[in-house]
Amino acid sequence: MTLDTVKHATETPDVEQPWAELGLKEDEYARIREILGRRPTGAELAMYSVMWSEHCSYKSSKVHLKQFGEKTPENDAMLVGIGENAGVVDVGQGYAVTFKVESHNHPSYIEPYQGAATGVGGIVRDILAMGARPVAVVDPLRFGAADHPDTRRVLPGVVAGIGGYGNCLGLPNIGGEVVFDSCYQGNPLVNAGCIGVMKHEDIHLAKASGPGNKVILYGARTGGDGIGGVSVLASETFDDTKPTKRPAVQVGDPFQEKLLIECTLEIFKEKLVAGIQDLGGAGLSCATSELASAGSGGMRVELDTVPLRDATLSPEEILMSESQERMCAIVAPEYVDRFMEICEKWDVIATVIGEVTDGERLEIFWHGEQIVDVPPRTVAHEGPVYNRPYARPEWQDALQADDAGKLPRPASAEELRAQVLQLVAHPNQASKAWITDQYDRFVQGNTVLAQPEDAGMVRIDEESNLGVAMATDGNGRYAKLDPYTGAQLALAEAYRNVAASGARPLAISDCLNFGSPEDPAVMWQFAEATRGLADGCFQLGTPVTGGNVSLYNQTGEVAIHPTPVVAVLGVIDDVNRRTPIAFAEEGQLLYLLGDTREEFGGSAWSEVVHQHLGGLPPAVDLDREKLLGEILISASRDGMIDAAHDLSDGGLVQAVVESCLRGGKGARLVVPDGLDAFTFLFSESAGRAVVAVPRSEELRFTDMCGARGLPATRIGVVDGTEVEVQGSFSVPLEELRAAHEATIPGLLA
Amino acid sequence: MTTRIGVVTFPGTLDDRDALRAVRVAGAEPVPLWHRDKDLHQVDAVVLAGGFSYGDYLRAGAISRFSPVMETIIEQAKAGMPVLGICNGFQILTEAHLLPGAMLRNNHLHFICRDQKLRVENAQTSWTADYSAGQEISVPLKNMDGRYVADERTLDELEAEGRVAFRYLDGNPNGSLRDIAGITNAAGNVVGLMPHPEHAVEPLIGTGGTDGLGFFTSILKKLVTA
Repeated sequence: MTLDTVKHATETPDVEQPWAELGLKEDEYARIREILGRRPTGAELAMYSVMWSEHCSYKSSKVHLKQFGEKTPENDAMLVGIGENAGVVDVGQGYAVTFKVESHNHPSYIEPYQGAATGVGGIVRDILAMGARPVAVVDPLRFGAADHPDTRRVLPGVVAGIGGYGNCLGLPNIGGEVVFDSCYQGNPLVNAGCIGVMKHEDIHLAKASGPGNKVILYGARTGGDGIGGVSVLASETFDDTKPTKRPAVQVGDPFQEKLLIECTLEIFKEKLVAGIQDLGGAGLSCATSELASAGSGGMRVELDTVPLRDATLSPEEILMSESQERMCAIVAPEYVDRFMEICEKWDVIATVIGEVTDGERLEIFWHGEQIVDVPPRTVAHEGPVYNRPYARPEWQDALQADDAGKLPRPASAEELRAQVLQLVAHPNQASKAWITDQYDRFVQGNTVLAQPEDAGMVRIDEESNLGVAMATDGNGRYAKLDPYTGAQLALAEAYRNVAASGARPLAISDCLNFGSPEDPAVMWQFAEATRGLADGCFQLGTPVTGGNVSLYNQTGEVAIHPTPVVAVLGVIDDVNRRTPIAFAEEGQLLYLLGDTREEFGGSAWSEVVHQHLGGLPPAVDLDREKLLGEILISASRDGMIDAAHDLSDGGLVQAVVESCLRGGKGARLVVPDGLDAFTFLFSESAGRAVVAVPRSEELRFTDMCGARGLPATRIGVVDGTEVEVQGSFSVPLEELRAAHEATIPGLLA
Repeated sequence: MTTRIGVVTFPGTLDDRDALRAVRVAGAEPVPLWHRDKDLHQVDAVVLAGGFSYGDYLRAGAISRFSPVMETIIEQAKAGMPVLGICNGFQILTEAHLLPGAMLRNNHLHFICRDQKLRVENAQTSWTADYSAGQEISVPLKNMDGRYVADERTLDELEAEGRVAFRYLDGNPNGSLRDIAGITNAAGNVVGLMPHPEHAVEPLIGTGGTDGLGFFTSILKKLVTA
C-alpha cells in the first residue's frame, strides 16, 4: 500500500475514505475537508476521528458542562480548574491535591479484567501528569442484577482487574461503591477515581511551549492494542448483530506503570519538564495535538521513531493505539540527557520523537514524508459541538405519580423485623468485604479510613497530620425519578459522607454515566442532572474541578438509569480527629441529626421488599446539608462525638446495623415522638446522620446543635449484643452479621 | 553510633517507604538500598519489603533474587547479618534459598487484604525478641501468592527445630501448610513472613494497632546490645 502523504492527499482529492467506519458523521468529515482545504490523509483522518469522538470531544455534553464553569462558587482553594488532566485544589500547608473520576464502562463489559485494570491505570496517569504523587484510588462500580449469570462473569473480572492493577501499583484503595441493578445488565459502570498530592510549586500542565524543546515519548512500547477503542467502543451503543470488539480493549502492565510513576516523580523533582501529558484514550493523536494546541501550536513529530511492540503497525495505527503506560514530555534540550538518565535508572524506554516548533501546525512525518499537517486546535479543542434535542420523556409523569408511599408497610413487629433482615442482606446493602478485601488498602502506610467507612481518608503529612478524605456516591434510582434532584442527592450524600468522617468538603469531580445522547429522553436526563449538579455545587460552595462523561451506556433502546457519580474531596487538619462509623463504646448516646419525613420514593426498602421504583426521590435541602456538615466537622474537631454515620439508602436502620457490626456492640433504639417505627427505620430523608456521643459531651453537643438550629433527637444508646427497637423487636448482632456478610460471597465466591 | 537498617527497593517494590518509616518509628536510622547497587552502605540489618518486584514475572521473587544487591545480602546473611523478608521479601528469601519452602497462589485464588491474627511461635530470633512465645498479635495481611508449602520432611524439621516463627490464628487465609505464616533460619537471623508488621506501627494508621512495631524494636535492641 502506498503511503498516504499530504502530497498524495492533495493530488487525489476524490479517494473514498472510511470516515463512517471510524465513527465520523458525514458533516464532520466535510468539516475536516474544509479545515484542511483538501481531503485528510489516512493519518489525519485517524486523528480527527478519535479526537472528535464523543469520548474525547464531549461534543454532546459540552453545552451542558459549561455550567460548571459559569456557576463556579467563590472558592479560594481552586488552583487548576476544568480542562487540564485533572483539577487541583489547595489543601493548606503548601500542599495541593489533584483528583478525578473517570469511566471505563464499555471496555469493562467486553473484557472485564483488562477493562477495569486499564481504567485504574488511566486515571492514575492523569493524576501523575499534573505533577502529583498518586496516593489513593477509589472505585464506584455498578453491575446488573447480583444473581444474573453475566454478573458472575463481569464482576469477578472487574474486581480482579482493579485489584490486580491497583495492588501492583502500590496505591491504597480506600473507597467507592458497589451497586446492583438490572438496568446495568450489559452496561456495567466501572468508574475509577484517584487522588494525588504535590506541593504548589510542582503543578505541571499539559502544554508544549518553547520552540526547540524536545518531545519525548517514554514508557511502554506502542502496540496494536486499543486501536479505535475510543471511537468505536466508547461512542457507540452495543449492538448484538456486530462481531465482538475484544481487540479494541487495551492490555495493561501495572509493573510498567509503577516504574513510570517513580521515574516521572524523579523527573519532576529535578524540574526537567516544561509540559507533560499522559497517553490515554486516543493515544499519541491526543497527546501531540493537545500539547501543541495548549502551547504555541507548532510541533514536528517523526512518527517512525516511536518504539514499537509490533513492527508491522501502520502510521495510522500508531497514532490511534491506546497502548498503556506511556507518557509524553516536553523537555528543554539541555535537560534531555538527564531525563534519559533517570529513565534508564528505572528501566523505562524513552525516545525523542520530535520537537516544538515556532509554527502553528502539528506536522507528523513517516520516514521523511509528511503525513499530517493540521492546526492542532482543530483536532484537540475545536471539535464539533452538538446541541442535541432533548425532551422530558412522556413516561416521567406516570413514574413520579406511582408513589412509593402507597406500598403496603409491615403490619406487625415480626414483619418489621423480617424486613430489616431482608434489607441488610440484600446485595445492595450487604457487606462488600468479599470485594474490597481483594484491594490493598494499607500500602503507603497512610490510610486512616477505608471502606466500609463513610469516606476514605489518607494522611498526607506525617509531621502535621494533615489529611484528605474522599467519598463517591450516586443513586441511579433517585436520578431516574428526578434527574435534577437525583444529581443533587448524589452530591449531598458524598458531601455528607466526607463531613461525617470529620473532613471539610472542598471540591468535587464527577463521572456522568448516561445512555445515548441521540435519544432526547436521555439528553433531557443529562441536561437536568448537570443543571442540578451545577446549581448544587454553587450552593454548597464546592466547585467542579473536572470529571468525565460516559454516554451510550445502553443496549438497543434501553438506557441505564441516569447515573451521575459525584466524588467529594475534603481536607482534615489533623487526622487524629477523624470520625469512624463504629459504635465501639457501650453507654454512648445515639443522636439522630436532621428531620425524618415519610420519604420512600426510590428507597432501598421499596426495592428490596416491593421491587418498586416510583414516586419522587427525597427532597434536597442543601443549606441543611451544609449546616449538618458544619456540625459534624465541629463535633469531630472538638471531640464531642466518637462515631458518625451518614443516613442514605436503607435509612437509619441500615446505618445503625453497619455501625454496630463495625464496632461489635449492640444498640437500643427508641422511636422518637411523632414517628412510627417503620418510618423511623426505613425513611431515606436526606440531610441526616446518626452520631455516638460520650455522656460527658452530651450537653455540649446538644447545646451546639440547638444554638445552630439543627434538630438533634436522642434515639438510643450503644449497649448489649442486639439491635433492639424498644417496644417492637430485637435482632442479635450475630444474626445481623450472618445476614449482612453471607450474601455477596454466596452469590460470587 | 546509630543503628542503620537498610530497606531494598527493587523495581516494583511497594512497601519500601512504609518499611523505612517503621524503622524510623522504632528509633533506628533507615537507609534506602537500590537493587543495582551491591554496596550495602554499612547497614547493620536489611529489610526486604513487600510489593511485586519485577512484576512477579516468572514467579514472585524469582528475578529479584538474582539482582546485584542480593548477591551481597545472601553472602552477609550467611555470615549472620539479620535480614527480614516481608511478603514479597519472604518470597525472595525462599527463592534465594536463605529460607526453605516456597509460596504458591492463595488456595481461594483471590488477592486478600485483611487484619490477620498471628501467634508468635519463636520469640528468640533477631526480629522477634521483643515478643513472648505464644503471644498473639494482629497485623495486616495482603497478598496473592501467600500459600506456604514445603515437603513433609522440611515441615517436620522446621517444627522440630522451632523454626516456625508465626502461625495464622482464627482461620488460615491462604491454605498455608500447618498454618505457617512465617519462618526463621536455624541461626535466627533470617526471618520471613507473609503478613505486614510495617503496616502496624502507628496507632492511627492501617488497622489501628502497633503490634508490628516489635519486629523493629527487637532488631534495634539486638544490634545496640551486640
